Formats: sequence, C-alpha cells, structure tokens
Amino acid sequence: MKLTLRVWRQQNADSPGAMATYQVDDVSQDMSFLEMLDVLNEELILKGEEPVAFDHDCREGICGACSLVINGDAHGPERTTTCQLHMRSFQDGDTIDIEPWRAAAFPVIKDLVVDRSAFDRVIQAGGYITAPTGSAPEAHATPVPKADADYAFEHAECIGCGACVAACPNGAAMLFTSAKVNHLNVLPQGSPERETRVLDMVSQMDAEGFGGCTLTGECATACPKGIPLFSITAMNKEWLRASRKVKR
Amino acid sequence: MALTTRPEQRPTQAERRPSIALSFWQSTLGKKIVMGVTGLIMIGYLCVHMLGNTKIFFGPEEFNAYGHWLRVMGAPVLHHQWGLWIARVVLLASVILHGVSAYQLSRRDIKARPQKYVHTKPRMSYATRTMRWGGVILGLFIVWHVLDLTTGTTHSGGFQEGHPYQNVVDTFSTWYGNVIYIVAMLAMGLHVRHGFWSAAQTLGAGNRTRDRALKAIANALAIVLTVGFISVPVGVMTGVVS
Amino acid sequence: MPSYSEYTEYAEYTVGEPIKDERAPAGPVNERWDTRRFEAKLVNPANRRKHTIIVVGTGLAGGAAGATLAEQGYHVVQFCYQDSPRRAHSIAAQGGINAAKNYRNDGDSIHRLFYDTVKGGDFRARESNVHRLAQISVEIIDQCVAQGVPFAREYGGLLDTRSFGGVQVSRTFYARGQTGQQLLLGAYQALSRQIAAGNVEMHARTEMLDLIMVDGRARGIVARDLVTGEISTYFADAVVLASGGYGNVFYLSTNAMNSNATAIWRAHRRGAYFANPCFTQIHPTCIPRSGDHQSKLTLMSESLRNDGRIWVPKAKGDTRPAAEIPEEERDYYLERIYPSFGNLVPRDIASRAAKNVCDEGRGVGPGGQGVYLDFADAIARMGRKAVEEKYGNLFDMYERITAENPYEVPMRIYPAIHYTMGGLWVDYDLQTTVPGLFAIGEANFSDHGANRLGASALMQGLADGYFVLPSTINDYLARNPHKDEVDASHPAAVEAVRETEDRLTRLLAVDGDRTPDSFHREIGELVWEFCGMARTDEGLRKALDRLPQIREEFWRRIKVPGTGEEFNQSLEKANRIVDYLELAELMCLDALHRAESCGGHFREESQTPDGEAAREDEEFSYAAAWEFTDTGAAPVLHKEQLTFEYVHPTQRSYA
Repeated sequence: MKLTLRVWRQQNADSPGAMATYQVDDVSQDMSFLEMLDVLNEELILKGEEPVAFDHDCREGICGACSLVINGDAHGPERTTTCQLHMRSFQDGDTIDIEPWRAAAFPVIKDLVVDRSAFDRVIQAGGYITAPTGSAPEAHATPVPKADADYAFEHAECIGCGACVAACPNGAAMLFTSAKVNHLNVLPQGSPERETRVLDMVSQMDAEGFGGCTLTGECATACPKGIPLFSITAMNKEWLRASRKVKR
Repeated sequence: MALTTRPEQRPTQAERRPSIALSFWQSTLGKKIVMGVTGLIMIGYLCVHMLGNTKIFFGPEEFNAYGHWLRVMGAPVLHHQWGLWIARVVLLASVILHGVSAYQLSRRDIKARPQKYVHTKPRMSYATRTMRWGGVILGLFIVWHVLDLTTGTTHSGGFQEGHPYQNVVDTFSTWYGNVIYIVAMLAMGLHVRHGFWSAAQTLGAGNRTRDRALKAIANALAIVLTVGFISVPVGVMTGVVS
Repeated sequence: MPSYSEYTEYAEYTVGEPIKDERAPAGPVNERWDTRRFEAKLVNPANRRKHTIIVVGTGLAGGAAGATLAEQGYHVVQFCYQDSPRRAHSIAAQGGINAAKNYRNDGDSIHRLFYDTVKGGDFRARESNVHRLAQISVEIIDQCVAQGVPFAREYGGLLDTRSFGGVQVSRTFYARGQTGQQLLLGAYQALSRQIAAGNVEMHARTEMLDLIMVDGRARGIVARDLVTGEISTYFADAVVLASGGYGNVFYLSTNAMNSNATAIWRAHRRGAYFANPCFTQIHPTCIPRSGDHQSKLTLMSESLRNDGRIWVPKAKGDTRPAAEIPEEERDYYLERIYPSFGNLVPRDIASRAAKNVCDEGRGVGPGGQGVYLDFADAIARMGRKAVEEKYGNLFDMYERITAENPYEVPMRIYPAIHYTMGGLWVDYDLQTTVPGLFAIGEANFSDHGANRLGASALMQGLADGYFVLPSTINDYLARNPHKDEVDASHPAAVEAVRETEDRLTRLLAVDGDRTPDSFHREIGELVWEFCGMARTDEGLRKALDRLPQIREEFWRRIKVPGTGEEFNQSLEKANRIVDYLELAELMCLDALHRAESCGGHFREESQTPDGEAAREDEEFSYAAAWEFTDTGAAPVLHKEQLTFEYVHPTQRSYA
C-alpha cells in the first residue's frame, strides 16, 4: 500500500501548527496504524527530520495513551483504540488526515501529543472511595448484587483516553466523568461519598474548561470501550439527587 | 513543568456550601436542568395552545369565546386576567431562563473547542446545530408573534382587540405571514423532537429500556404539534377558514 | 576473589562474598512477618511529614505504595513517564489475582498458596518472602473490594473465583479479562485522593535517569521532564523503585512500548545488586508476529488452552491452509508428548515445545513462527454459542489484530516474553543492597523464583505496595534519621546530573546513520535467539561476543534528531537502549553461569532423558546477585544460598 498522510505538526504548545504532507510507501495491511507511523518516523529520522510525536504505550487497547483523530474520527474508523486499528481498514492510495485531540482542556504539547492531566484532576476531585490501606472489612462482609457489580464494571472499563472529549463538538467530558461516578456510586462501598463525589467531580469538570453536554451522542459513538450515552443520564440523575440532598 | 496533576487548592463544592440556586446556576449541569424544566413547561404550553388553535375550525364564535375564556381563566377564584398574567409571567420567565442558559452554555461550548478539526465530518452535531439555530429562529418568532397577534403592533390589517378570529385570518392572508409561521413551526418541531428527549436525559429519566418509548413520545409530540399549528395557516390558505 | 577462568574468553566474572538476607526473623515461617513487624522500629506519626519518600513508577506496586505511605503521613514525591499515573502497564494484566481466601472450601489455605508458589518457582525463591506473600494475599482482596474494584460476583452477591494456570483450587479473583486494569485504577484512585490532599507530589511525564547517593545511602534521583527536557534533582530520605520489569530488552514482548529498565539499571550501576537476570518468563499463547514491522506482541489469556487443541502439520514446509490438512497429517504434539497433561502443560513447557516444532520447519503462518490453536473440536462438542460465551472477547481481539475468524480457521499462536522474575536483589524488608533504596513489584527479584505462576504478579505488586513496604520502610527511616539536608548543590548531585547530561549530549552528538529502533530490534533478536526460550553454552557465548560489538557500533552510528531541551521521544528511546545493552550482557552472563535448567531458564545441556528441565540443586540452589563494576568489565557474583525448610525440592514432571 502507498499512502499520503497529512499530519498535524506543532513544535510545542506555544508555536502555531500546520498540516504537513508525507508519502509512505510499503505499508502492509497487517500493520497497526501506529506501526505505520513507526515506519514514517524511521524514514524521517534517517532523513534528519524530526519524527512525528504521538502518545502510545501498551499497544493492546487498554492503557488509553494513544489518541489520534484520523480522518475526523477519534481513534479512526473502527470502534477501537488507535493502537488496535489496522491498515486493512484503508485502501491503497488513500489520503489520511491525522490530528491531535482538540479541546481547550487538552492543550497540544507537541504534534499529536496533548496534555490530558485535566482528567486526573477530575478524578482527584472525588473519583475514589476513601478506604485507607488496612482499614478494609472482610471482602464478603458486604454482598453486592450481581447486576450492580456488572453495572459498575461496565462503567469502570473506561480507559481515560479522552476520545469522548475529542469527538464531542463541545469538548465536553461528561462521558468520562459519568463513567467514574456511576462505577463508584452504584456500589455500597461508594455510597457514603455518593453526593459529594458527583458534585465535586462535576464542578472540577466545569473548572477545567470542558464544554457542556448537548446529547449529540458523538462521545458514546467514539468510545472504544462502549461506555453508553445513558451513563450521562445516570450521572445527571445522581447530580440532581445530590443537589437536593446535600445540606449546605 | 511536567504536568501539574494536582488541582488548585480550592474548597470542594460540598465545603463551599453556596446556595442551592447559585450552585445550580453555576454548573453546566444545573443550567441544563433549568433548560430542561423550562423546555418542558413550554412544551406543555404549546400542547394547550395548539389544541386551542384548532377551535378556529369551528367558526368565529367558538374561537373568540375561547379567546375570551383565556381572560377569565381561573375565575371566580382569580380576578379578571390574573390567570392569563400568571401564565404570561411563567412563560416569559421560562423563555428568558431557557434562552439565557442556552446562550451561556453555547458560548462555553464554543470556547471549549477553540480549534476546529481540519478534516470535518458533515454528520457532526446535527442536534447541536438545529437546537442552536432553531432556538434563535423560535426566539425571533415569538417576538413577532406577540407583536402580531397579542399587541397588534405589527399586524397587517386593522388589528381588532377581542376579535382574534379575524386577526388570525388577516395574518395568514399575507404570504409573509404564512412563510414566517410555517418555517417557525418546522423549526419548533425539530426543536421539540431533540429537546424533549434531551430534557428527559438531563433530568435523569432516560435509560436503556425506556429509550424507545421516550424517542417515540418525542417524535409524536413533534409531529402532532407541528401538524396542529400548521393546520391553521393551511386552513386559511385553502379557504376552510375565512 | 577467584576469577572464573573457564569463561574468560567471553565474559569474566568474579565470585564475591556470599550475600544473606539479614531481615527475615528466625522461627516458624508463619510467624516471621508478625515478628518482623513487631521488631521493626516505628516513626512517630507526628514526625512522618518531615520525611520525604521518592517513589518511581505508578503501577500496582508504586501506586499502592505511594497512596499508602501518604496515608501514613509521609511526604511522597512520585514519578511516572506516562502522561498519567493511570496508564502503568499493570493495566494490561488480564487473568486475575490469587488469594488464599478458601471461599470455595476446596482445600485452599495460606500454606497451600505458599507451597504452590515455591514449587511453581522451581525452588529458586526465598521461603520467608513467599509465605508472607501468601499471608497478605487475603488482605489484598479486602482492600481492593473496599476501594470499589468491581470483581466478578455470583448471583448471591459474593465474589466469584476461578482456577487458573493449572492450579487445583479456585483461588483466582477476576474482573472479566481486565483484572489488572481494575486493580490499577483502584490504586490510582487511592493515589489521586492523596494527590488532591497534597500528600503526594506527582510528576507525570518525568523519567528517572539516575540515583543520587550521599554517604553510601540513596538520597535522591535525577529525572528528566519529558515535556521540556529539563533535568532536575529530587531529594528524599528513601527512594522506592517500582519501575517494573525489563522484558523490553527483547524488543518484541508483551510489555508496553515505553516500559524500560533504566531506573533499576541506573540503581544497579550505583551499587544495587541485580539478581537472577536470566529468569525471564515466556507466555505460550501470544498472537504471532505478522512481519518485520511488528512493534510489540499481544498476549491472549492462557485459558484458551483449556478447550483449544494445539497442532502443526506433520510434514515440514506444509503451506496448505489448515482446513486442507487432513486429520492424519496433523501432529497434536503436546497431546502426543505429554499424554496426561496434554494442552495444559505449564507455560515454559508449552512454549519450548512450540519453539521446537517451529525450529523443525513445521511452524505455520508468516515466517513459520506459529502453531495452530484449534477450536473446531470444542465448537463441535460444546456448540458455537458456548464457545462464544466463554472466549468471545478473546476471539474478537484475535480477529481485530489478524483479520482471521477463529471460529472458522484455527488461531495461530506463538510464545512471547511477558514477565521478568529477576530484578534488583532485596532483603525481607524489600531493601536493596543500597541503604535507603527499596525495590517493589516486578522491579525486584523476590517472590517468584525461576518461574511465576499465573495470577501471582498482581498479588505480589499489591502486597509489596500496600502492605510490605509501608511496614518495613518505617524501620529504615527510624534507624537512620537524616543528619543533613541535601540539595542540588551537593557534589554527588552535581556529579549525577553532569553524567546524565553528558550521556544525553553524547547521544545527540553522534549523528550517525541508524535509528534507535534499529538497534533495539537488533539487541532484541539476538537476546531472543540466544537467551530466549532455550539457551546453550555456545549460543550464550555468541551473544556475549556480539553485544559489546553492538554497543561499540551504537555509540558510533546512533542518530537522534532534535535537541534535549524539548519533547523528544527518540532521545528517550536511545537513552533506554544504552541500558538495555548492558543489561542484555548481564542476562546472558547470568544464563551462561547458571549451567542448569530451572523454571523459565532452560539450558539445553541440562535436561532429563524425556526432555524436561533438570535442576542442579547441589550446585545452583542460590539466587545470583550481581554487583556492577564497570561497563564491559567483569561483574562480581554474590550468591544467596536458598534453604528449604518447608517445601522440599522435587523434580517437576508433566509427562
């Protein structure tokens, strides 16, 4: 396969960026998308140019580091992470546009690498259960109905990649935030902090400059782990409940 | 630098304990809830309004009597026109809160995505776009509609206080009256369709099992309201109402 | 010290004083941990905030340790190279976590888990440590449940368990195929709480590049901010390394792309002994490489071997599609060689058998580096729906990567490196030979001996991080009150920074004609060939011959574009390769000196008549702790003799 890549190049956060065009010949159908970029980078290094910077780590779809918008889609045309996208999803002679996540809360660090620390701060605001080491009761002391455990797991699957923010026309982080809120709030262990958790996480989410939700559903479509749009509805309900309940 | 992963040392929301109203209003979620509640109030109003409109097909007496009843609504508990004024105040507050929230949220949304993608997708944000532009169209329409048929300021023929039947027929006897009204009603249909479903999600009423029903209700509401409202100008145009 | 003259032509080493763990108390094995905790001095809670502890890495061990130390009141300064502490590679563990809860009432106990782990490690682990691990396993599950880890549950609301890795009891707790992810997020969230409370100072995208030693004690690190390229020093009363294993020395492994050995190797160069580097584990069921572009390998759960049958064509060079090879021309080699265990033989045996048939020229797929794992019989027996329920997500993953439908054509699998049992030598307190330097999780060598059992890595990481280190580090801090503050102007710090800067400047200055990846790949292929699944005296000598040549070439031909004062991923890579080059040499030397087969280390010269690994307990019942002398110079071997009071060494047999 021969491909034309148009890649966002940006030296650092302060400099302006632009799309640059590269030819990559000799691409195999079996390569992953990132391996195709490896090939490009090897060529660039030997030519004495700077390779394209992009975030990646586990390359098996679980760490959430990889983060490319490919032809306008977060993580590309398949519903998976960029690292699990393979070149067989493209045709010989294709032109592929590669851009970083775009959101005010995710400033570009270099080329395709963005700063997603806003997500960490949302978790720090309340995305945990306070259980200091050693203080835990026997694991079977509190049974959890299987349906609740499964519901918690479904939301706990979030890998924090940020595709939801990248895909949302408003740069909103509702799906990310709601996934954690729902995971912890449904469990009996998470219930003592149920109200403060949702209020604080939402208020941190707003403080980070993420947009609001207009329920376009783009986030859930882009989510490689299939976190459902109803996750947001459930968080709205939790928030409304907490707003009524917390004594001020 | 590395990445600052620690939030600024600010009191948590629970600690700050601002008033319920303020914390509601400051949050994107609170504003959405305000929009959802006011939106539902307006949908309720539209349903009543649309049903009332259909009285026009039963002749001037019945329609004018309906117009009169609006003024004596709630009597004898309420003084003359009090019921109407209460409804007007609630509606006006709803429109303003709905509009201001929408404006502030939209500004925030645009700010949250300062740089657009080079590679754009046509399908992106159908809902967002129709809601924003549709909302603006509806806002302008409401102003015109009030000036046209309530105060009579911009009315085409001779506006007659207390003769709504004739006033309606006059308005829909002009081509622009029909165009403005029908375009606005189509926008209203689309707005209600996403708005109703969206309000249900915002208020936490949606879930997987209920979703089909909610979408069906939204579609039905949109269609019934649009058809119901448009039937009046169509009736005037076709001579059924004259 | 006598020189080991036999091998002088290839690599020399000298044998130094034996080394001994001084920290594990005497007495019955099940009382040692209690005794140690009682004997350990404590730090007054009010004084804890005056102590700073550096933790490098935010995986299961590092995340758990950072959170717990901060909860105790220490000031923690933590580092990870990833953009967020949530991404450490512990996240990729699939299978589960062992704990001797005996919820199934199936005869499990702490002693049985202890026994299984010592035996599984092929009698090359320390009994005291392993027993403590088994004891703590029980508390880990309680802790994780309290944090909200969504383990699989039964309809009654209680935790579900399964049996894993050929163990006869159901002691493995799991969260679908994402146990590592869920446990890591639990630790990450606990850490996040401490970051928000100001007790942990978190530096993401910051990589440790050297250890700062003052008066013979670990007092700080040199780290590079990966965003700005700035090199800074950080100081503390103790340094904890939780930087993971060194599997990436093989280039192709199941490790994350950026997992690296720099933190432990730099500590090794500063005086921490490196133990058993040749003990590396190979996982038999990985997706084979599809071509030269392959950048990493993906593991698939071992559970697939429960129902899949492994085979290759009987004839060499048979390139027909699987469906066209008739039954009688297939060789179900595991079932043939090991009739009683069949496809369920332990990891190392399954891996070696696959390598053997591929070496014979009977491998399948591109390059002949693969064997079939066939579900046709399982589908015929259980029905497609049942197979889908059991393995659906794995089949989907396989199909996404290979574009082959495993319901219709057999899967192709091949072994790959995925865990390293070796690591920094630590005593019972998890302290290395450098006072004040601790190593936890995969970064140390302590608990798995020569082979790790399935679902034990998560257990060890969390045991070290949540429970062991937070108890033992108190003792060090209480007994070694620091006398003076150290800052960046201290000669040791200045020197360490200068060395780091020199190394990076040198890498940038070569401006040669080979990329970092090309060197990494070359080292990886060499080590895989000669120090991979099967090792020979001759092969290891070849590797030891070649590695110094590659090192010389590296410093002549490496090309790193850009500068050091910016985000520069090529520079990061090249700098890690510098350490892989030296580590690979030590690995091969360790493998060469250990002229026995045990666990993951298989020396072809040392096997039983039926081809099984033959241990040489008389000669090699020790952990080999290596002391660094200089790059390319002979290291010093310190032996830690292992004694087995409770579990008596026996030869494994699976035929």
